Amino acid sequence: MWREWIPFWQGGLSPYGGDVDLLFIGLLVASSLVLGLLFVLLALFCIRYRAGNQVDRANHEAKSWHWEVGWTTASLVCFLLLFLWGANVFFEIYKTPQGELTVFVVAKQWMWKVQHAGGQTEINALHIPVNRPMRLVMASQDVIHSFFIPALRLKHDVVPGRFQDVEIEAKRPGHYHLFCAEYCGTDHSGMTGEIIAMEAPDYAAWLRQQGPGTPLAQEGSALFRELGCSGCHGTGSKVRAPLLEGLYGKPVPLADGSTVIADDKYIRDSILLPRSQIAAGYDAVMPSFEGKISEDQLLRLVTYIKLLGENHP
Amino acid sequence: MLKGRAFAPQFASSRHRDETAELGMWVFIATEVLLFGGLLLGYFVYRHANPLAFAEASRHTDIVIGAANTAILLTSSFLVACAVDALRANARSASVALLAGAIVLGASFLGLKGIEYADEYREHLIPGIDFVFDGALANGVQLFFVFYFVSTAIHGVHMLIGIGVLATLALLVHKSGSTRRRAALHSAALYWHFVDVVWIFLFALIYLPGRSGG
Amino acid sequence: MSEIDYLNASYTLRSWFLTTDHKRIAILFFASLTVFFFIGGAAATLIRIELATPQADLVSADGYNRLFTMHGVIMVWFFLIPSIPNTLGNFIVPLMIGARDLAFPRLNLASWYLFMLGGTVTLFAIFAGGIDTGWTFYTPFSTLYSNSYVLVAVSGVFIVGFSSILTGLNFIVTIHRLRAPGLTWYRLPLFIWSLYATSVILVLATPVLAITLVLLAAERFFGVGIFDPRIGGDPLLFQHLFWFYSHPAVYIMILPGMGVVNELISCFSRKEIFGYKFVAWASLAIAAVGFLVWGHHMFVSGQSLLASLVFSFMSFIVAVPSAIKVFNWTATLHKGSIRFDAPMLYALAFIGLFTIGGLTGLFLACLAYDVHATDTYFVVAHFHYIMVGGMVTAYFGGLHYWWPKITGRLYSEGWARAAAILIFFGFNLTFFPQFVLGAEGMPRRYHVYPPEFQVWNVLSSGGATILAAAYLLPLFYLGYSLFFGARASANPWNAPGLEWQTASPPPEFNFATQPMVTRGPYQYSTDFEPEPQNA
Repeated sequence: MWREWIPFWQGGLSPYGGDVDLLFIGLLVASSLVLGLLFVLLALFCIRYRAGNQVDRANHEAKSWHWEVGWTTASLVCFLLLFLWGANVFFEIYKTPQGELTVFVVAKQWMWKVQHAGGQTEINALHIPVNRPMRLVMASQDVIHSFFIPALRLKHDVVPGRFQDVEIEAKRPGHYHLFCAEYCGTDHSGMTGEIIAMEAPDYAAWLRQQGPGTPLAQEGSALFRELGCSGCHGTGSKVRAPLLEGLYGKPVPLADGSTVIADDKYIRDSILLPRSQIAAGYDAVMPSFEGKISEDQLLRLVTYIKLLGENHP
Repeated sequence: MLKGRAFAPQFASSRHRDETAELGMWVFIATEVLLFGGLLLGYFVYRHANPLAFAEASRHTDIVIGAANTAILLTSSFLVACAVDALRANARSASVALLAGAIVLGASFLGLKGIEYADEYREHLIPGIDFVFDGALANGVQLFFVFYFVSTAIHGVHMLIGIGVLATLALLVHKSGSTRRRAALHSAALYWHFVDVVWIFLFALIYLPGRSGG
Repeated sequence: MSEIDYLNASYTLRSWFLTTDHKRIAILFFASLTVFFFIGGAAATLIRIELATPQADLVSADGYNRLFTMHGVIMVWFFLIPSIPNTLGNFIVPLMIGARDLAFPRLNLASWYLFMLGGTVTLFAIFAGGIDTGWTFYTPFSTLYSNSYVLVAVSGVFIVGFSSILTGLNFIVTIHRLRAPGLTWYRLPLFIWSLYATSVILVLATPVLAITLVLLAAERFFGVGIFDPRIGGDPLLFQHLFWFYSHPAVYIMILPGMGVVNELISCFSRKEIFGYKFVAWASLAIAAVGFLVWGHHMFVSGQSLLASLVFSFMSFIVAVPSAIKVFNWTATLHKGSIRFDAPMLYALAFIGLFTIGGLTGLFLACLAYDVHATDTYFVVAHFHYIMVGGMVTAYFGGLHYWWPKITGRLYSEGWARAAAILIFFGFNLTFFPQFVLGAEGMPRRYHVYPPEFQVWNVLSSGGATILAAAYLLPLFYLGYSLFFGARASANPWNAPGLEWQTASPPPEFNFATQPMVTRGPYQYSTDFEPEPQNA
């Protein structure tokens, strides 16, 4: 592609990494030119017009609004181009994840807990296969953290009270730094880890080798029973509660007349703040699980409910 | 030479001093607009996110006291405006009496507010101290009441300061009706009117949601 | 030399601590600010010593977190924001516009007492055990998780905010109402335009900080969840409210510096500033547009893409008036008659360092690059280039320029130039490596770091040592000049401004008779004469 014509060009680790680096080079070149011009002019004027030098200073108060308009316009045009360029690449970084390989990341003081769909868990590490986009769903247990992988040129804050959704993809195997980039307390600098990108067969082997991990959905199913969800949401229940089979991804009409799509956030909010969005035609009797359930458990329940309707367990 | 004059050395005349003081009060009012503005911004963000809860919470406010307080405050502003006019017409004792009336009304406002707070305490509606609310909308209602107490408390502090300012001016005007005091009364009146305008916004945002129409 | 000036008019404590003379209040501020500068600087020194090695060896993690919080809180609110406005501004503004004092002298004194009260409360928080939230106090860490003196510190900052507001109010009213006869807006020195723009920000932005801190304190003290996600509160609301003030605050922390640079460049090129009106309006444009860019601190926070687009766009727009100023200063040098006294060295350093800071701001305004660079040392380097390379440099430049006027003494030009050059060198060595660190991905507020970052950290810490020593130098030679320096004439720089048309140091009421103004500023020419003093 056209980027290969650039001398010394090295594609980045992520699909957009090279574009971010190109943007950086562009900014660097533009800044150096401006700075260079400025330094040359400053030096030139300071030397040439030093007090005592016999040099022509006539007409020094000649006004020229042409200069003003000129350099203002030039600045504006340059800046607008940089804005458009930056925005363009930004959309690549934060595009809506399409990848179906979902990994859950829970940030808490002061560690990263990573859980793969198949139940494999890691602490402060994330194994990913190369050349496959992975969808990360991130949540914080406590304060604001930030998931930062410098090698991928990716960063996203992990804010408590919501899910964050990003897509990552590495094009080459290797070990890469993971940092927490939002100050989060005592051991903020210790909240670091590794991203390990592996070729597909190695990754598959690693997954298998991670011990008999129960898939998250299966654990979610167990939680669904333990926490009493099936008491109301199961078939044959005496309490009238919305059935959850096939719910995920579908629109849900609410009591106040609006409609929401049943996504991860909706499911999470329904468990923690059930009274905030009541499904139309149902009473507001669901108890809240706020404080009774951890982010890990929430993720398992969400995974389980997503699968309901795709394949009934 | 400079110390014996009726006005401070940086001014060219008494009138210069008075005009400068008035500009000062306008700039100060601008800062207060931003203070309450920040608060209202927070209110609107949460109201947008929790429309039902805010409407429900608003129905738990005491509209009778709220409306009475609004009438009291508007009347007090009217009296203050009349006091400014009275002083301009050299009717000093009338001016002082009008200011006293405004102060009494202001104090009644605060008294009624105190009664209202006491009622809200009894109804367990004070977040952080004693908040109990059943139902689906509890969280949103709690957020509403946080804003209710913070904004009315800050407004109350401004009312207290305003009463102090009016009282000071009533005393000063009682002693003399100099142009300096006339200008000072004008600035004080500006402040009082501002506090009144803030209340009008607060009244609309606290007491009226959920009560208008269906 | 037996004339009475504002310094020797009275020596009693009462005459200093109950003064309403803007010049004495400026001195009071100068003394307090200097103390705070060195406290904040001590914290910085400890930080850089710790960061010379990748592991923790000097302080614990908690200690480090308290150090960088202390450094930020003190430098932002107790040094940078008040620096030029409350020292040089307080002293020079009335003189420069031909007035006898500010519009509200007692409010000016109140401003200093509020500053001292806020400073005392904050210092108490710091020395009682410190705060570990960062100067940005992000929730929910500051409200629900931090075990430190957050309430006390936040109260201190709240109080000092009122000091800022009163100062801004005083300047706005003074500039509107107390200009000498004939001194129209377009005849004002650009220092006044800059301080006017700064004051607009002071009065409009600071109240938003005040209310934000009140909400933070309410949440922490009463346990009410305004920003608590568990009851539907939004941590990002805090960030929006906080940055709505704190971004304009950084323009409070640079506009006065730009104002000083105008005075220095014109005096030491013996020329009026090129494009006066453009520079004047650029100051107001920076103040206005500066209120519309706060979301560029939140590009990775999860705010909407639309919001990020708008804030990025506005951030590029706000860079334009600053660029205009840099071009105009450079053009002023053209066909000037340039001298390299210490103030000019600082002014030239400002232009270079501010431009580097500003250009790197463009890197950060660029959405895609900011994703990588935000919360890294790239940002730390960027803002230190502007605040230290820019504002502190301009502060020192102005201090040297007006030193003869303020103190009536001349400082040692040799020592001053040496210090200026050492500061420039030490500064660049400290902060340029931090751009590299940030680009490589080293996050900020890190107590320990991976070993591959050590080389640049060592360079930076080395630079910091030089910078610390360089900043101590002026204490000595300026202090020396107070007692042993040659007496200054009324106008040692042969400058046309009104402040130079009265004695050094000025008498208590500034001018014997009201100055009249008949021409524009910066009328530097070879046949220069002082403004005629007609009553």
